[in-house]
Amino acid sequence: MASQRTLFQEFKKGIWAENPVIKMLLGMCPALAVTNSAVNGLAMGLASTFVVICSSAIVSIIRRFVPGGVRIPTYIIIIAGFVTLADLFLRAYFPVISKALGPYVPLIVVNCMIMGRAEFFASKHPVVPSILDALGTGTGFVWVLVVLGSIREILGSGSIFGVTLLSERIYTPWVVMILPAGAFLSLGLLIALINYLTQRRQGAH
Amino acid sequence: MKILLVFISAAIVNNFVLTYFLGICPFLGVSKRIDTSVNMGLATTFVMSLAAAITWLINHYILIAFNLPFLQNVTYIITIASLVQLVEMFIRKSSPSLYRSLGIFLPLITTNCAILGLTLFAALREYSFIESLSFGIGAGAGFTIALVIMAGIREELEFADVPAPLKGAPMTLLVAGMLALAFMGFAGLLSV
Repeated sequence: MASQRTLFQEFKKGIWAENPVIKMLLGMCPALAVTNSAVNGLAMGLASTFVVICSSAIVSIIRRFVPGGVRIPTYIIIIAGFVTLADLFLRAYFPVISKALGPYVPLIVVNCMIMGRAEFFASKHPVVPSILDALGTGTGFVWVLVVLGSIREILGSGSIFGVTLLSERIYTPWVVMILPAGAFLSLGLLIALINYLTQRRQGAH
Repeated sequence: MKILLVFISAAIVNNFVLTYFLGICPFLGVSKRIDTSVNMGLATTFVMSLAAAITWLINHYILIAFNLPFLQNVTYIITIASLVQLVEMFIRKSSPSLYRSLGIFLPLITTNCAILGLTLFAALREYSFIESLSFGIGAGAGFTIALVIMAGIREELEFADVPAPLKGAPMTLLVAGMLALAFMGFAGLLSV
């Protein structure tokens, strides 16, 4: 059934229908932890996208040589290698963002979204669909992180991407939104809103 | 004294689940009944304290000694995966009854980001060996506390009339948000 899908569909499904955060509830830990500003969300999203694309490509290339019993450790080591690359890159070129993300960059290793793509898709499909699938999943991850980061940054510090939108005189920032509690509340409400829209559309048909 | 502070800080003030968002997957997935949450929490605490001790030794006597800190991520994840495997084999041989209650949770622990997060935080903050151990036990205790409180609330939520779009994950996240708000009351208690 998967083979009848076009390449574009492999890409598209990760953005909405199988969105990692909103529909599959994978990769929640970075989605909640680093979205206190839009920039951090974007950086984390792009770093994870890089890792998921590279690791899916490699996993797909070597899928015929890896014995079933050791496949999970193999995937973890491949993913850890690319995460180290991304970590060193951020540290060298974007030291401020790297400091803000802290240990959450190395923690991309245990992001179940990446493992999920390797195990359920890349290990069973050729290289090109695997890369497109990873690209779609990564894009889905990036937009959720940027939207969540923007909501929290606007409400919590009155700015977006560091640019002040609401000045202190007319708006008192809700500090709770950039604290941990705000992350849980805003992601919960975002998923609820999307569920509501989906259910209403299904009800209309 | 610092050892005690590290413990309390990891367990309550900077709770792993509610302030660092580590271990969210089991927190959202497993915590449906109090007794399974207690077992899961204990298994995680056990692996966390072992992992904290062993990665400290590896970090100091291998990675730092040979100037290889860039291998930290890869080494830590392999260490944790093999540690979980060893613990599983040991428990299966030595105590079948414990294995029956913890067994199914052990493989899940490998991909629990709280363990890797713990070892990375311990390395970042340059804890001593005893402090790392205390940090591991404290983080495990904090994870167990959060998991059990959440399970208690969810057992009650079963009987609540939740609006359809909020059913499942959104409601759990909102409850977690309330819990995080409550735990913010401990902020400023210590600064470690």
